[in-house]
Amino acid sequence: MATIYIDNTPFEVPTGKNLLETCLTLGQDVPYFCWHPAMGSIGACRQCAVKVYKDENDTNGKLFMSCMEQVRDGMRISIADPEAKEFRAHVIGWLMTNHPHDCAVCDEGGACHLQDMTVMTGHNYRNYTFDKRTYINQYLGPFLNHEMNRCIQCYRCVRYYKDYAGGKDLDVFAAHNHLYFGRAEDGVLESEFSGNLAEVCPTGVFTDKTLKQHYTRKWDLTMAASVCHHCSLGCNITAGERYGTLRNITNRYNGEVNGYFLCDRGRFGYEHVNSVSRIRKSLVRSNLPEATDKLTALQAAAQAMRQGSVIGIGSPRASLESNFMLKTLVGEDNFHHGVSDTEHDLTELSLKILRESNAPTPSMREVEKADAVFILGEDLTNTAPMLALAVRQAVRQEPLLEQVSKANIPVWQDAAVRELVQTEKGPLFIAAPTITKLDALATQTYFSDPDAIARLGFAVANIIYPKSPGVRGLKNDDMHLAQQIADALMKAKNPVVISGTSSGSEAILKAAANIANALIAKEKEAGIVLTLPASNSMSLAMLGGHRLQSAFEAVENGYADTVIILENDLYRQASEGAVTNFLKSCKKVIVLDYLHNQTTEHADVLLAAGAFSEADGTLINNEGRAQRFYQVHPTIEDIQESWRWLGELGTIVAHDQISWWHGYDDILSAIVKEHPEMKGIEMVTPPSDFRIAGQKIPRAPHRFSGRTAMRANINVSEPKPAEDPDSPLSYTMEGYRGQPPSAMIPFFWAPGWNSNQSVNKYQQEVGGHLKGGDPGIRLIEPNPEHKFSYSAAVPEKFEPMDGHLFILPMHHIFGSEELSAQAAAIQERIPEPYIAINTDDALRMKLDEGQLMPFAIDGNLYQLPVKLSPTIASGTAGLPVGLPGVKFAELPAWAILNRELQWKQQHQTTY
Amino acid sequence: MEKPLTQHIVPGRAPLSLKEYEKVGGYQSVRKILKKMTPQEVQALVKESDLKGRGGAGFNTGLKWSFVPMGPDTATPKYLVANADEMEPGTFKDRVLLEGNPHQLIEGMIVAAYAIQASISYVFLRWAYKVAAREITKAIQEAYDAGYLGQNILGSGFNLDMHLHTGVGRYMCGEETALLNALEGKRANPRAKPPFPQVSGLFGKPTIVNNVETLCCLPHIVNNGAEWFKGLGLTADAGTKLFGVSGRVKTPGCWELPMGTTIREILEDYAGGMQDGYLFRGLLPGGASTDFLVEEHLDLPMDYSSIQAAGSRMGTGTMIIMDDQTCPVGFTLNLQHFFAQESCGFCTPCREGLPWVEKILLAIDKGEGKPEHLLTLDFHTKYLGPGNTFCALAPGAMEPLQSALKYFREDFERHIHEHHCPWSKAKAWQPSI
Repeated sequence: MATIYIDNTPFEVPTGKNLLETCLTLGQDVPYFCWHPAMGSIGACRQCAVKVYKDENDTNGKLFMSCMEQVRDGMRISIADPEAKEFRAHVIGWLMTNHPHDCAVCDEGGACHLQDMTVMTGHNYRNYTFDKRTYINQYLGPFLNHEMNRCIQCYRCVRYYKDYAGGKDLDVFAAHNHLYFGRAEDGVLESEFSGNLAEVCPTGVFTDKTLKQHYTRKWDLTMAASVCHHCSLGCNITAGERYGTLRNITNRYNGEVNGYFLCDRGRFGYEHVNSVSRIRKSLVRSNLPEATDKLTALQAAAQAMRQGSVIGIGSPRASLESNFMLKTLVGEDNFHHGVSDTEHDLTELSLKILRESNAPTPSMREVEKADAVFILGEDLTNTAPMLALAVRQAVRQEPLLEQVSKANIPVWQDAAVRELVQTEKGPLFIAAPTITKLDALATQTYFSDPDAIARLGFAVANIIYPKSPGVRGLKNDDMHLAQQIADALMKAKNPVVISGTSSGSEAILKAAANIANALIAKEKEAGIVLTLPASNSMSLAMLGGHRLQSAFEAVENGYADTVIILENDLYRQASEGAVTNFLKSCKKVIVLDYLHNQTTEHADVLLAAGAFSEADGTLINNEGRAQRFYQVHPTIEDIQESWRWLGELGTIVAHDQISWWHGYDDILSAIVKEHPEMKGIEMVTPPSDFRIAGQKIPRAPHRFSGRTAMRANINVSEPKPAEDPDSPLSYTMEGYRGQPPSAMIPFFWAPGWNSNQSVNKYQQEVGGHLKGGDPGIRLIEPNPEHKFSYSAAVPEKFEPMDGHLFILPMHHIFGSEELSAQAAAIQERIPEPYIAINTDDALRMKLDEGQLMPFAIDGNLYQLPVKLSPTIASGTAGLPVGLPGVKFAELPAWAILNRELQWKQQHQTTY
Repeated sequence: MEKPLTQHIVPGRAPLSLKEYEKVGGYQSVRKILKKMTPQEVQALVKESDLKGRGGAGFNTGLKWSFVPMGPDTATPKYLVANADEMEPGTFKDRVLLEGNPHQLIEGMIVAAYAIQASISYVFLRWAYKVAAREITKAIQEAYDAGYLGQNILGSGFNLDMHLHTGVGRYMCGEETALLNALEGKRANPRAKPPFPQVSGLFGKPTIVNNVETLCCLPHIVNNGAEWFKGLGLTADAGTKLFGVSGRVKTPGCWELPMGTTIREILEDYAGGMQDGYLFRGLLPGGASTDFLVEEHLDLPMDYSSIQAAGSRMGTGTMIIMDDQTCPVGFTLNLQHFFAQESCGFCTPCREGLPWVEKILLAIDKGEGKPEHLLTLDFHTKYLGPGNTFCALAPGAMEPLQSALKYFREDFERHIHEHHCPWSKAKAWQPSI
């Protein structure tokens, strides 16, 4: 700790930080642009100047950029010094010489860091009278709008895009006052994390293009804390609504999970909520499905329940509460997981590993600090994108730790740190079926079939800790690589092993678990991260339940004849024939969902469920962190949460437990009673009767406008605002104005800080944890007492088969996930279906890039254009999962090739 | 009068070949240091000689070297870079040395590289110096062939490689850290200091960047000693210096003279005084980024401390003379146009301030100036100072402006009040903005 004097007031502050972040942590208002807490300092904008005095006798002082000064004990500075203030106002004056002053028509207006800083410095009158320079803007794809004239040249965009996120196609061009930040030519920004530019940019150069299509000022949005539903990581988001339309997603800072950033799937996938295929009315089928009111629909469903033997099919994208409610309603024995059996087994295995491992699951913040990473079988950029971004930071910071401290350079001095470290990277090993975007960072990559990846993993574990079973018949090259990986992991202090379910291989998961536990056995502070298939796969696994196949069998065997399907398109979980057969065999099909799909077409009763922004609930992410998402805005009467539908249904059929539950909190209590492991979920957020000074927390900013006018075309009398029975949040601007508990922050705002940069005011220290702790409660912690039993399920070497290809699942950030694939902007980025095959195999089969290849998996016929891959193992092929136009197949699986393809296996020795 | 740096340079004649250079004592300093001196001794000798950086900053060269980490545990490779990116307007002294005697530079670079134990060296040459590029390329090859460069130089175990790098013509590259970025293939933006290049320079390794003239002094210091070098100067500053004069004088040129020679002597005895019909009004003593000096300063000795005391900087020591038939506003405008154009665009005050200054000067020059324009110019001279901007480019740009506003303010005011340039007939050039 050090003592510094700010305008003669002493403060105790931690050392090792720069003056700017220190002042901000102390709650002082120092304006800045180029500095970013996640990216450090470069000293470009000169906005954060303060006076620094040599000692207490120095009365003149000198201007210094606070972002470039290390805190020193006894340091005396002045923020209020007139010269410092005048200089800071001049900096705004300079920045504004060419700024178009178009706030009134700028999307950033009202949430603009440049506006905030301008007001903060007191620069009011413009005395630059000459012409402004102007630029031609670029087309950057469906996500971002480009308006270069507003640019204040702070370099944040390129530093984020290139240095932080590893993008290659955004740069700064030209010099002096003609600097241009953009692409070399018009075109779609390639990075999967490009959307963050809208938040990184302190003004309106990069703005959210999807918001533009239904634009609303930040102050007019009704907002709530939410959790991303588009992968298993559970990034925290703020969702905003106006006039019943979801308008945008912005980052909701969580120091342990997503920090300052989101991936593009998470940021732009929200438009599925506004999709034309939304179910806005419940339907009951007589001959044709007919829209009906709530009660009629409920009665029809209750009737079906009373008359049949009911089973329920849960969903990995529905909330814990909804799944639990369904499980309770149909009974534990009749609750099935609405996921493919492979997915069911892999998720269950993942949970088992997390429960029984001696290695904990690090949060993403902890992954960023890992000093060695081994990824097995996962293409993170496409399956858990933000984890890929975290790995990128881990690889970067490892060499930094050692060298930078040796050279006495503060870690926040970004440009100097990058200069010193150059291209050096920490150890990262990737074993995957084919190339991934992280390969460029990897120390070594290993492309092979899942069995080979697992074998490599088992070998690594065995080298680290001989009690972990070894692998017989491993090639010398592979053995050498295993040794190299083991050495790197053993050299590290905090190695992290990353794997997941996306490769469809149990052996890979088991190998990963062996490695992590072997490292723990060797007293390393190792961690294991397993990615899961969907946003709430973890909840489903923790609740327990039967496989989907057994649901099919139950109906086939006559054990059941009525099914309740919760938020699930079964056609994405099992083969078309099996699902159709199942649905047709059921006497009654009750479906709860919010988007029309193939399954809802078969519904006899279709209940209009609320999408994530219209519902309250809990998601449990891949690390076992339970997180609450709040309903953003009131819905029309016909739409409500699935758990509420099911609760009402339970009450109508007089279910002995459900009938007694009177609200959200009762459901949480019931879950905890049934599953003591989930005790933490009650602590995720305060209960719904929580109040601060008797007040609720407002979802709308105090500047929210037009409330009395919004419905005036219908009725000039303003209706009573909707009540939220499930949370301590109000739907209006009325309520407590201060900071609420961290898990329920509806939006970030502080006086003078209208942009998202106001998050500074919500953090214990800038860039650190939120005040009151980061949201989410971890439910699974390793038990050091437990003796981990190493898996001995080392697979045999993969053998290709004549006339067949072993089809592996390929995941795509845009397209593979069901909900985001319904968002218009994401749809523009979904790749065309393909089948990826090994280049040499293609040669032997006389197939060329783009040629159609017919094949069959499990009786389903496919015909897809060939994509040549030099890396995918011979005898295997990659089929994109979930893309529109690609039928479901339970992967990995053998495909039978059309006999006309002269597949001729090479002589065995080549394998 | 001793002229160690230019003794072998004859205008109009090709530079000495390696053989010829060796005949007149060339590369003796290399033999001496490799055989008889430790790197630390060379550093101490140069520090003792009080050789100040000839690029303009005037920092003690030996002291600059002493911040390079030495010893077996230090990062390698270390680099030595000759800053031959002579882009300062009005400056052409390094060109004389580069074109006239490239072996002297190479010899100096070997001495400097040995002193800091650098194993790779670069000559970062201004793009436009085509003749120098040709001569240096030839000289480097000769030095390699003779064993002065490469592995195990003269059997000493010391290795040094040397490369010529030609820039693309940015003023910014004269700034040592921007030069290093350019050398790495990055944008020629300056870097924050600390860390200094001595610790983290080229490719993040310890690096020294020295000016050409500084490096050329080294062989002579090694051969003749520190005391001899100190004795060359007439005042407190050591050595000789290449002084230059441009402008409407009778014989503009470049001469090697003792440090501390007065401005008047240089101007009248060497440059032949003003051309007939022109009167002296002021001068920039060391390139475009130094403050104006006027009549009253003519008897000042040209050395670092005297010129600094008069409110300017000796800079590169090559003066630009302003005569009475040149409009001071137009003169300053020309300079500011250069600086605004050469700003790298990294920091706000420089990127946005300099074009604003230029536009105001253009407006004043065209007779469209307003009294408040002078206030805007004043705040720029106040706030574009060292420390407020990221590097020294904008503060350098402000030096001629602030002194022009001080010494020629009435000329600025006349432009504004009379709504035209009093020198307008003589005007030939205006920048297009």
